[in-house]
Amino acid sequence: MAMNYNAKDEVDGGPPCPPGGTAKTRRPDNTAFKQQRLPAWQPILTAGTVLPTFFIIGLIFIPIGIGIFVTSNNIREIEGNVFMYYGLSNFYQNHRRYVKSRDDGQLNGDPSALLNPSKECEPYRRNEDKPIAPCGAIANSMFNDTLELFQVGNASDLMPITLKKKGIAWWTDKNVKFRNPPGTDPLEERFKGTTKPVNWVKPVYMLDSDEDNNGFINEDFIVWMRTAALPTFRKLYRLIERKNDLHPTLPAGRYYLNITYNYPVHSFDGRKRMILSTISWMGGKNPFLGIAYITIGSISFLLGVVLLVINHKYRNSSNTADITI
Amino acid sequence: MFCSRKKSLEVERIVKANDREYNEKFLYKDNRIHTSKYSILTFLPINLFEQFQRVANAYFLFLLILQLIPEISSLTWFTTIVPLVLVVTMTAVKDATDDYFRHKSDNQVNNRQSEVLIDSNQDQSSAPYMKVLKKLQNEKWMNVKVGDIIKLENNQFVAADLLLLSSSEPHGLCYIETAELDGETNLKVRHALSVTSELGADISRLAKFDGIVVCEAPNNKLDKFTGVLSWNGSKHSLNNEKIILRGCVLRNTSWCFGMVIFAGPDTKLMQNSGKTKFKRTSIDRLMNTLVLWIFGFLICLGTILAIGNSIWENQVGDQFRTFLFSNEREKNSVFSGFLTFWSYIIILNTVVPISLYVSVEVIRLGHSYFINWDRKMYYSRKATPAEARTTTLNEELGQIEYVFSDKTGTLTQNIMTFKKCSINGRIYGEVCDDWGQKTDMTKKKETMGFSVSPQADRTFQFFDHHLMESIELGDPKVHEFLRLLALCHTVMSEENSAGELIYQVQSPDEGALVTAAKNLGFIFKSRTPETITIEELGTLVTYQLLAFLDFNNFRKRMSVIVRNPEGQIKLYSKGADTILFERLHPSNEDLLTLTSDHLSEFAGEGLRTLAIAYRDLDDKYFREWHKMLEDANTTTDERDERIAGLYEEIERDLMLLGATAVEDKLQDGVIETVTSLSLANIKIWVLTGDKQETAINIGYACNMLTDDMNDVFIIAGNTATEVREELRKAKENLFGRNRSFSNGHVVFEKKQSLELDSVVEETVTGDYALIINGHSLAYALESDVKNDLLELACMCKTVVCCRVTPLQKAQVVELVKKYRNAVTLAIGDGANDVSMIKSAHIGVGISGQEGLQAVLASDYSFAQFRYLQRLLLVHGRWSYVRMCKFLCYFFYKNFAFTLVHFWFGFFCGFSAQTVYDQWFITLFNIVYTSLPVLAMGIFDQDVSDQNSMDYPQLYKPGQLNLLFNKSEFFICMAHGVYTSLALFFIPYGAFHNMAGEDGRHTADYQSFAVTTATSLVIVVSVQIALDTSYWTVINHVFIWGSIATYFSILFTMHSNDIFGIFPNQFPFVGNARHSLTQKCIWLVILLTTVASVMPVVAFRFLKVDLFPTLSDQIRQWQKAQKKARPLRTRKPQTRRSSSRRSGYAFAHQEGYGELITSGKNMRAKNPPPMSGLEKTLYNSTSWIENLCKKTTDTVSSFSQDKTVKL
Repeated sequence: MAMNYNAKDEVDGGPPCPPGGTAKTRRPDNTAFKQQRLPAWQPILTAGTVLPTFFIIGLIFIPIGIGIFVTSNNIREIEGNVFMYYGLSNFYQNHRRYVKSRDDGQLNGDPSALLNPSKECEPYRRNEDKPIAPCGAIANSMFNDTLELFQVGNASDLMPITLKKKGIAWWTDKNVKFRNPPGTDPLEERFKGTTKPVNWVKPVYMLDSDEDNNGFINEDFIVWMRTAALPTFRKLYRLIERKNDLHPTLPAGRYYLNITYNYPVHSFDGRKRMILSTISWMGGKNPFLGIAYITIGSISFLLGVVLLVINHKYRNSSNTADITI
Repeated sequence: MFCSRKKSLEVERIVKANDREYNEKFLYKDNRIHTSKYSILTFLPINLFEQFQRVANAYFLFLLILQLIPEISSLTWFTTIVPLVLVVTMTAVKDATDDYFRHKSDNQVNNRQSEVLIDSNQDQSSAPYMKVLKKLQNEKWMNVKVGDIIKLENNQFVAADLLLLSSSEPHGLCYIETAELDGETNLKVRHALSVTSELGADISRLAKFDGIVVCEAPNNKLDKFTGVLSWNGSKHSLNNEKIILRGCVLRNTSWCFGMVIFAGPDTKLMQNSGKTKFKRTSIDRLMNTLVLWIFGFLICLGTILAIGNSIWENQVGDQFRTFLFSNEREKNSVFSGFLTFWSYIIILNTVVPISLYVSVEVIRLGHSYFINWDRKMYYSRKATPAEARTTTLNEELGQIEYVFSDKTGTLTQNIMTFKKCSINGRIYGEVCDDWGQKTDMTKKKETMGFSVSPQADRTFQFFDHHLMESIELGDPKVHEFLRLLALCHTVMSEENSAGELIYQVQSPDEGALVTAAKNLGFIFKSRTPETITIEELGTLVTYQLLAFLDFNNFRKRMSVIVRNPEGQIKLYSKGADTILFERLHPSNEDLLTLTSDHLSEFAGEGLRTLAIAYRDLDDKYFREWHKMLEDANTTTDERDERIAGLYEEIERDLMLLGATAVEDKLQDGVIETVTSLSLANIKIWVLTGDKQETAINIGYACNMLTDDMNDVFIIAGNTATEVREELRKAKENLFGRNRSFSNGHVVFEKKQSLELDSVVEETVTGDYALIINGHSLAYALESDVKNDLLELACMCKTVVCCRVTPLQKAQVVELVKKYRNAVTLAIGDGANDVSMIKSAHIGVGISGQEGLQAVLASDYSFAQFRYLQRLLLVHGRWSYVRMCKFLCYFFYKNFAFTLVHFWFGFFCGFSAQTVYDQWFITLFNIVYTSLPVLAMGIFDQDVSDQNSMDYPQLYKPGQLNLLFNKSEFFICMAHGVYTSLALFFIPYGAFHNMAGEDGRHTADYQSFAVTTATSLVIVVSVQIALDTSYWTVINHVFIWGSIATYFSILFTMHSNDIFGIFPNQFPFVGNARHSLTQKCIWLVILLTTVASVMPVVAFRFLKVDLFPTLSDQIRQWQKAQKKARPLRTRKPQTRRSSSRRSGYAFAHQEGYGELITSGKNMRAKNPPPMSGLEKTLYNSTSWIENLCKKTTDTVSSFSQDKTVKL
């Protein structure tokens, strides 16, 4: 064919006749997805939505905050179950080397891990050629003071208060995460071939006389092993259960706390505390949360007011369709 | 590799025809082309090597190695390796697919067929003494070797660079179209050496041809070739005229033979195409800078924490450590700090998220698919969808400041239509509607065809029946006008098998004119060197062609001198109005005024005009003149000057007939697109290889140039000093005018930038245009005036560069790129645009044409220029907006996520303890938060596509790079830091003395981790919800799904079962259950979320409320009236009705006149060329013959008549 300049014109009139009849496959599908026409919700920040949100947040948060604050402050009254905590400060349970210095396999009762603890436990992995059970720095540094609480009676006699040792650990920790080595033998047999942590006085199978609270599933031990998030922390030590009558669990009076001092904290400037507390609907005493809620709620409310004023005063009336280009 | 090294040393090439063995010695490359990067075997090693060359990947590899050191390792190995493997795999898959398609396209080209003269039997080659049996065989392109002889047929692509040996045309001529190479659409002639053209199509002789060509080494000069052919003991020098280059198309030549000189990668086409540069977007570069900054930031954080660690170890840790690890020897606190530094580098590495690059790639890929799928960029006539060939540049489409456009085939369709004419002071072709107003011709009007003309083209569109009436009434001027159109041209006619007349045109303008004449009843039928036969309103008339006064660019006109059957001698001339008007007979004064008014009108519409005139010649005068011409022809010295003088002499005292106006048909929608893009502040420069006049015409036709412009500077100097002077004058003019007009009308925005050497953008009010031609550009691109040029050009609204070479196109683009720091886009359709397409930030190829070079080199391709509007204003803008939103969010998210560790560092003895669970760190970026932000990055739309098109101003933020830049980054960073503070300190405060509802739950590390992690996921999800402005189903699914996934994975990983299987990997057993059932934990999460999000909402609300951007306004407006669709009707483009410039343009080349008169391009068997005067007798018989034929009037017999057809 010669260069016929009209040839192109002729295509104009005719139907689209692509080469090879591939028209159908080459034309993109007319679907909402491919054409980017998917139906969509297009929210915009407008005065109508933003301002009410701020007010609502304010109106909800301030009461919550007040509620929390009040409940939190009321926790003082010792009614209901009382929880006895020990507190340590300046104790870095969240230090990386400390946190990883444990063997969860061993604590879970894995017999091989029992005799061959993880390397993470160094330097408390083996002692005198015997594997340490439980290995690691966490276990080694377990809090071992003994606290006893007495009520001072009228005649200065000391009435011991029953402190419940069981029920202070999480259910999953007690039943799933921590398990003694398997077997039906006495615990001592099951821990055979291991040695106690260096700092411990007693081996792990002698932590308690109760079979159900001994070895790795000793609840004091479990609580200790649940490392704290911050260097100042408290851990649940004992429960003081409420008696059936209407009397408060710990009535007003004088109490005597007897501490068997085993645990040295002076070397690292640590402090020890003992805390008695009750619990409300939102947990323990926590003034921070209440104050924070009140603060944030107030800020939100204030912002709402400020924005409302700004919106009314300064806004150029461009809500309508006059789009300025 | 070895081969290519050897090649680079090649200084000259020696090729022996038909001797593969001989040529093999030189290890020339064969005709196979490779653009692919890998093969199956090399893929893995090369790809991995390439990937780990990237800084980010190498960095993560380094981290991985660090993690293997137990002293440092603060994260388990999987936190790094899982994302890394994911990233590397995804990239590898993408690279593999890309390369697969490259293989495919290579194969397609390599497997094209061509006919090659090769041994019919392989055994024969070993016995040279035997009769060489060579046969034409179909062979794949890739198997063609240097020295082979190839047969080409009409309209075939040339497979390699060939030495033309012989062709079907006389004298070994052949015609080629070089549009692929240089963009010029007129045909070019190549002729073989006479010694080789004798070989003809004789296979046995061709097979014995054993000439040796010694020539230059492969290079990229398209218009130069030097070499020597030694054959039969004699040497013949070779030049560019003997060479057909790969990429050309054979036209009007039924076959030709050529010998392969350069093959495959050595061909000039491939040498010109150069290496594909890896293009990066400005966002990419910014991202890399930011990543480096973040590295710096990371090192700062690490150092702070390391110093903290040293101090802590010194003050506190010492005793504490002794307490804990009593048997450990004293440690150096500085060394501990050093180790901590690396540990923190590992922990905080998530500020430089490895998934960033992959996510960006995924988003871009998504955008590319949307471009491919867009039906509004699908051209149904050619069944061509738009194609994003590069998937990594999308967001840059939203930042274009300069568009460099080719003209032919891009802005115009390369179709010329005869639109209007002015004959004897009367305008034809303008349609008056019922209200008497001029309108452009519309399709409603019935197409005019002449019943008299059986050859009338059914597609011819000319609508003025006044003209028909005039023709029928026999207006002599009108007849003369049309006769001239049918006689004065270089068109060749041919009849195809169906008996239709087919014109072979050298310039499309002439094609339009001759076809117009044909449709109006003056049909050009055939020509011989001495005669032209036309059919005048049904009567065959043969004119004797006495002289052909050829066209050239200085004369700007062309004339024929013919003798009509009545014996009158006439000179018919057509040419530029400016030239012809000077040579008119004084009696034409009135008509001249009228016609020039008409011409102005035509020019104002951007039509290409030619003035038409004739002169009656006295027989005696002509004879004398002709004699002088012959004398002049025979002399050797000053021949050209003498001939030119003679031409000048006879072409005077012309009688004006009128003027023609041909429309260089613009592609559909070009005007709208140009207008819209300039509203979007995109500057459009036209770079064309075409002539100045043509280019200017197109400028006017598509409203880039208007008569309202304050000034149009034309730089056309031929020496460096001239150009410098012109530039200086133009600048002075520009500035001077601005100064003098400074009475509020024209003001400089930046007065201090008046120094001439500065290239700071100045805003000059008032429209200016710059037109510069290739010669001048060559000088202007020299260093000392470069800045002047750029400064001037950038202040002009429109810049047109004409007669530029492909290289210059690229240079202009580079210039703007380099000194303007602007994002550029080049759009073109031919191989001549390849260099420009490659050097611009973004190259766009017009697809659906025959040639593929531009498309192959391009980053985006589509079939019509008008789709550029949608590509930039919709896809580009969306991509940019989405990418910016994505990046802002991504950086924010990772800062919020990572910096919590930093704050925690102060409370854990700087021990590089992580806040979150290791699994959470692994999954946060790749599972919990990846999909919502990807969905936003892919699907978000701030305003609809229609509004993006309707308000081109929406494009400006992209050009100014307002949505993501360094300050935006700092805002994101601050936002992230704030969030991390809230995320850490609110739980910190709450956990200080916390106990659970059952008294047991105490503030342990694991609960803290779960609380912070949950808060983080929720805060980050709320934030993405705020950022998402277009909530499709997918966004809903991803956002809600991510939160759901987080909780389900959390509960799974904290479940008893999975702990039972891997007790050491999942120590968080039971944690989710315990923590997330506590009210106070949820109160903490709620508080954290509100505290993190509230300020952002307030800030954004204020911004939208007080300083709404155009996009905000349109969004509000869009919401307000979702129903009422039509926004406002765009005013139709008003065209100016008149112009004070010449609309002359004529795409023609010198030399065709000579071809015609010499008869070289006519078929063989015609009588040897003779002077027209002496052969009157012969011609008159032919004329009588034709006349006789006419009475019987059968087209078929006509076509069979060899003597006429010639």
